[in-house]
Amino acid sequence: MQWINALVQGLLLGGLYALFATGLSLMFGVMRIVNLAHGDLAVVASFLALALVGGTGLPLWVVIVVTVPLFALLGYLTQRVLLQGSLSSGPMATLLVTFGLSIVLQNVLLEIFSADTRTLDSGSFATSSFHLGPITVGWLPLVTFLLAGAVLAGIGVFLSRTGLGRMLRASSDDRETASLVGADSRHVYGVATAIAFATVALAGLMFAVRSSFDPATGPSRLIFAFEAVVIGGLGSLWGTLLGGIVLGVTQSIGSQIDPAMTLLAGHLVFLAVLAFRPQGLLAGRTA
Amino acid sequence: MTLSHLLSERAAAAVDVRRAARTSKVSGGVLLALVVLLAALPYVVFSDVTDTLVNFFVLVALAGMWNLLAGFGGLVSVGQQAFIGIGAYSVIALADLGVQPYLAVPLAALTCVVFAVPTSWLAFRLRGDYFAVGTWVIAEVYRLLVVRIDALGGASGKGLSGLSGLDPALRGALTYWVALTLTLATVGGCYLLLRGRVGLSLMAVRDEETAASAAGIDVTRAKRIVYLVSAAGCGAAGGVITVSSLSVNPDAIFNVQWSAYMIFIVVIGGIGFIEGPLIGAVVFFALQQLLADFGSWYLVILGVVGIAAARWLPGGLWGLVRDRTGLSLFPVGYHVRTGDVR
Repeated sequence: MQWINALVQGLLLGGLYALFATGLSLMFGVMRIVNLAHGDLAVVASFLALALVGGTGLPLWVVIVVTVPLFALLGYLTQRVLLQGSLSSGPMATLLVTFGLSIVLQNVLLEIFSADTRTLDSGSFATSSFHLGPITVGWLPLVTFLLAGAVLAGIGVFLSRTGLGRMLRASSDDRETASLVGADSRHVYGVATAIAFATVALAGLMFAVRSSFDPATGPSRLIFAFEAVVIGGLGSLWGTLLGGIVLGVTQSIGSQIDPAMTLLAGHLVFLAVLAFRPQGLLAGRTA
Repeated sequence: MTLSHLLSERAAAAVDVRRAARTSKVSGGVLLALVVLLAALPYVVFSDVTDTLVNFFVLVALAGMWNLLAGFGGLVSVGQQAFIGIGAYSVIALADLGVQPYLAVPLAALTCVVFAVPTSWLAFRLRGDYFAVGTWVIAEVYRLLVVRIDALGGASGKGLSGLSGLDPALRGALTYWVALTLTLATVGGCYLLLRGRVGLSLMAVRDEETAASAAGIDVTRAKRIVYLVSAAGCGAAGGVITVSSLSVNPDAIFNVQWSAYMIFIVVIGGIGFIEGPLIGAVVFFALQQLLADFGSWYLVILGVVGIAAARWLPGGLWGLVRDRTGLSLFPVGYHVRTGDVR
């Protein structure tokens, strides 16, 4: 029965991984940028929420409502100011720029907040749970899973139903042709980065409530997101959800076998996918 | 004699193709003098200077290996710490088996090649940008596997045996010479490799992969050679780090910080030039020593400078120097001058 429990916990964790990985997948799908600062951005959101909750005493949901749009704006500006110019200099330049950003963010956080491990206290909600037959389900993991699912569905609808979403997909399929028919690629890229940053901030806040974090947590988070994207299949939104769930379940079952196996189990599944199905579980369409 | 023979002979007579400009002969002499000076240094200065220089040499070697990988092979890796770690642990393990630690350093390079072969099978399945994060994951896997081996000290690391009998002054000097040899071997190795056939195919692949492949170059083979050489160099550097610090800690040796150092040194110094890592390492080292009292702010500054260099100065500092002066210490291309056409 504990195995079924591990399975359920892994599934719920996987939803959060998927939400977190969406931004990475979206930025790669649309701009061919691998954002190496992805994990650090989530940690920045966590620390920002920590400072806001500690400094102003605002309730957590207000902080979330403030932080997520703020990050969307930051994302748009980052793309237009920092990334757009390096896009023309080839893929290596964007990789180096985002890696530099990652190191800068980590060390600024380290200087401001010290290397101490923190958690974001969300009151009794974080620990309350209900029983579903023999399985205990925490309210927090369930709510994060549902929220992640809702956000992913929302992005899916945005990409398939709205004009801007169609332009995003068109730019991701063929940049030149899309701009020929009137898509302003810089604006479209800015929007994609804004969505990516907003989902990263939301995921970062959820990570902060669920588990502890410190300024050096970012890189390991980036690796989770990356693994979810590759396991699911590059450039597929639902593949990313599947990849996140596979990763979450693997880690959860791995930790059931031996707590030291948690991370290794996830990495090994990733390597297995890389070796035997490099196109990912749900290979297919872009974005 | 056919017409085409005649034409090609006349064409060959019309141009003067040579590897070295006159400046590179002069600068070659200066470099040689510098190497002799550096080799004699343990007799001249106190050991704290040579100990500091050991760290510098390790950085030069690592940056040179990353430059070979990314600047010439087009393989941007964020996972070379895998081989630094494997090299470091190889020296620990070989010393436990009774091998003299200094002799274990070149063996550590060999161990890394052995590990790099299967690693490249996996990593090369990821293209372009995804290669970077993929190598990083593989480095994490190696770290997680190493900490599970109790004989290697698990998560808390292990001390190096076999050097405790040596006099500290002699040990310091020997470590210094090993580190100097490492740097010379990596710089010289890169130079020789890039002057040869492999270098030519690499530069063709880097500039236009499809065309190079169409011209009959085995792209994957060229990249794999570079990957293996880079793994060997990083492994030897990991070995030098171990004989210098006399212990190894898995979290420190497999830290992605090493990749950050390598990348920033190369990007600031000039990616795709053998001289780049040398200049970049000097800048990096100076920043690190100057800002030693300000915690990790040097990394923040380095990150900002790195971003700026990647964004606005793709040739780095050496690119600037070369554009202004045409100087080339390690010419890997050819100078072509048109003579008087008959």
